[in-house]
Amino acid sequence: MQATEALVTVETAKNLGLKADEYEKIIEIMGRVPNFTELSIFSVMWSEHCSYKNSITYLKKLPREGERLLVEAGEENAGLVDIGGGLACAFKIESHNHPSAIEPYQGAATGVGGIHRDIFTMGARPIAALNSLRFGDINEKHTRHLVKGVVHGIGDYGNCFGVPMVGGEVYFDKCYNQNILVNAMSVGIVKVGETVSAIADGPGNPVFIVGSATGKDGIHGATFASADLTEDSAEDLPAVQVGDPFQEKLLLEASLEAIKTGAIVGMQDMGAAGITCSTSEMSAKSKTGMVIDLDKVPTRQNDMKAFEILLSESQERMLIVAHKGKEHLLFEVFDKWDLECCEIGTVTDTGRLEYFQNGEKVADVPADPLVLGGGAPIYDREYEEPAYYAKLQEFDMDSIEEPTDLLATAKKLFATPNLVSKRWVYEQYDSMVRTNSMSRNEPSDAALVRVKGTQKALAVTTDCNSAYVYADPYIGAMIAVSEAARNIVCSGGQPVAITNCLNFGNPYDKGVYWQFVNALKGMGEACIKFNTPVTGGNVSFYNQSVYKDRTEPVFPTPTIGMLGILDDYTEQMTLNFKNEGDVIFVIGRIVDDIASSEYLRIIHEVAHSPAPYFDLEEEAHLQKVIAELIKEKMILSAHDVSDGGLFTTLVEASMQYNLGFHVNTNRDVRKDAFLFGEGQSRVVISVSSDFEDILVNHLLGQNVDFSKLGVVSKGSIQIDSQDFGPIEDWKEIHDNTLGQHMEN
Amino acid sequence: MKFGVVVFPGSNCDDDMIHVLGTVMGQDVVKLWHKETSLEGFEKGDCIVLPGGFSYGDYMRAGAIASFSPIMKSVIEFANNGGYVFGICNGFQILCETHLLPGVLLRNSNQKFICKNVFLKTETTNSAITSKLVKGKALKIPIAHADGRFHADEATLSELKKNDQILFTYCNESAKVDAQSNPNGSALNIAGICNAQRNVFGMMPHPERASENILGNMDGKALFESLISLSKVALAH
Repeated sequence: MQATEALVTVETAKNLGLKADEYEKIIEIMGRVPNFTELSIFSVMWSEHCSYKNSITYLKKLPREGERLLVEAGEENAGLVDIGGGLACAFKIESHNHPSAIEPYQGAATGVGGIHRDIFTMGARPIAALNSLRFGDINEKHTRHLVKGVVHGIGDYGNCFGVPMVGGEVYFDKCYNQNILVNAMSVGIVKVGETVSAIADGPGNPVFIVGSATGKDGIHGATFASADLTEDSAEDLPAVQVGDPFQEKLLLEASLEAIKTGAIVGMQDMGAAGITCSTSEMSAKSKTGMVIDLDKVPTRQNDMKAFEILLSESQERMLIVAHKGKEHLLFEVFDKWDLECCEIGTVTDTGRLEYFQNGEKVADVPADPLVLGGGAPIYDREYEEPAYYAKLQEFDMDSIEEPTDLLATAKKLFATPNLVSKRWVYEQYDSMVRTNSMSRNEPSDAALVRVKGTQKALAVTTDCNSAYVYADPYIGAMIAVSEAARNIVCSGGQPVAITNCLNFGNPYDKGVYWQFVNALKGMGEACIKFNTPVTGGNVSFYNQSVYKDRTEPVFPTPTIGMLGILDDYTEQMTLNFKNEGDVIFVIGRIVDDIASSEYLRIIHEVAHSPAPYFDLEEEAHLQKVIAELIKEKMILSAHDVSDGGLFTTLVEASMQYNLGFHVNTNRDVRKDAFLFGEGQSRVVISVSSDFEDILVNHLLGQNVDFSKLGVVSKGSIQIDSQDFGPIEDWKEIHDNTLGQHMEN
Repeated sequence: MKFGVVVFPGSNCDDDMIHVLGTVMGQDVVKLWHKETSLEGFEKGDCIVLPGGFSYGDYMRAGAIASFSPIMKSVIEFANNGGYVFGICNGFQILCETHLLPGVLLRNSNQKFICKNVFLKTETTNSAITSKLVKGKALKIPIAHADGRFHADEATLSELKKNDQILFTYCNESAKVDAQSNPNGSALNIAGICNAQRNVFGMMPHPERASENILGNMDGKALFESLISLSKVALAH
């Protein structure tokens, strides 16, 4: 071993983010004190980001089995779902929160690059992308700086890479002021049986690094992602990676071509913890080991230290184990694409990872104890109901006065950044490349993506109202899953599986961990109800802002990325009203509830209240009813009632064709609750007046609440005969408000 | 008529063009790797397509490096011999860089990438890609670019006008060409042009994204229909 390294102590371990007892465990595993390089390897592999040490116990309780799942959750780089016809869909969502908070452009760009690599490393071609973004108060200059940087970064990377951004969310709340959330999702298609695994079978097989050269960027990125963001975090800038979408595009094409040659045994992309993670995970999975010569790794700088090469999170790289004797096939492909392809080592049968530099062994660690499911630590953290929860339950709706001027209220609410069109954002993304985006011209609640060569389409969505999850993690997470499923059903699809991105605060905070445990419980129950097992995803803890006198976690934000399938894309359903004179119904129960609504926050400045009305059984039944209405071709549009309530839903359905609506409220509930309440499990549909009776007769036999609201108008809006002005005025607010905020 | 779609490193609309020309229009179409040095098998009535994307990552300048790809020498020769060459988005940028088309495409006036539907006014039906369109009518076709602001000096612009080389201009839904309907600040609202010999075409908007019912927009299909039908006439002569 090199003698030049500094002596390792428990202090060194702590500086690398390890706990004292973890350091003891490492010494026990190694049978000696590790050197600095070895300790660095343990520190990244045992970081929260790579090891899931504080979450795995509860992740394993989520439903992870289903007849369509082709790999078990967490087994491969992404979930794999059988979509029929010999095809499978690989999809996953992942966070890039901390890098984006520090350096929004590169942080978000490499988030996009990382998630696409997870998909094509399995052999699937990415065909759609989504992202779920949470920012702080839009009136803060810093927030707008972050929005601009993140959107620019996502756009530049995704546009060049050539995968359409088909959907997602943008949400603003001051809880994200310092710690924004950037969750990126990729969806890919692969033929069943043509996937590639992240394995290192066959001692004697050569190991290659392909793609970009290794630089000093992103070192300790995984550790950085596993600690609180503080005011000093900007000093961790080198922990943020730098992206090159052009290299990624070449790597995509070259990787998919290389797979076709049959030369590849296993492949894994390099994301968090770089070479360390890919070599250890592939070896551990195959119960093999590797000898790696770090001098053969192409580097961007001279004199990089061993730990720097091992921990670098330079982007656009892959580790490939090839069949011995077929190396030339790899070289041919990577040469065609002008990419580096360097043999850096060999698979062994020792179960150990042996790294060499300058002819000396610089690290020698066992593979299995490094990885999740091997020897990486697993913790069961303590939790406790936080004080705020009981306080929220005291909320009394009667203390909220009904507004006298409904029109003014509606105008103010409708212009809030969370409810207006996110056009300013999504027009900076290529949403149509690959010519499969069915929802760009004919919008629906979930994004529909045609699968070329088949009659099928995928329905994809990301959803999570984090204010609901804060109000009640158990109910809120159930709602997140339900809303995702509802969006897919309203688009004509059948929900089949989810991927999740679990963004929470510090897991060592008992209140935060209580949110985590309860959110996962609710998520699991809802996933069972909709038969949408969890295929994988990502956990991001430590999302909180640290101030001088206090620490504030972000809203617990378990983002759900859901996949649905339309076996026949002509079963597509859209959200917009079609003709003047069509009749508008709401299916589902209208309840006297304004809890946790945008209305309550914006108009009455009540920041927190209990979760809105929700019943899982009722939700599941509603979705069944809607799916049948669509299948039987009884309705012309379907749009679920979500943020902003019924009024927002109706305006959204009217805008595309400049139609309007004349509706009446219902005397049983308060007018504000009727128009702006966010009680769950409701869908607005429209039907041709000729079919109204047939629809009503059908619904009477369905044991579901429904009400006729009124009719589609030529462009005017009337509620209880009160004139709410022409649709053009509302469209103007909807389309341009966010841009006005951003460009000012 | 045979089509060849050139794949540069970083092209990302190549598959879309192959899909539209092959699957939707039923034409004979092949991919051409940019390192190829000849266009063997292509004749005067055939068409070489330079697709959209980010060839060479748009490094240096959009289209600048691709214009030096080995195949471009053959493409220039093919064009000079009267073969059809059609560049869309990044393909248009490459054609300007090789000087097969005049002018240059600069950063959008709002400095942002823009992806949205825009309206195009057909300025002339005297070209292979506009022959079946209705002059003066607005077509809805999407754009997706950061560098689409067409720029040329006054003399070039008046040449373009005089020679009827302006194929499409940005307009509103009622085919009115004005500053408001210009999404990127292009000179004279120019969205697409051809060369003086009328066999090389370039446009920033993407007709291949608007040629199928399933995508909710068919306005772009007529461009491909024009190209295919006119070439048949040309061949018959």
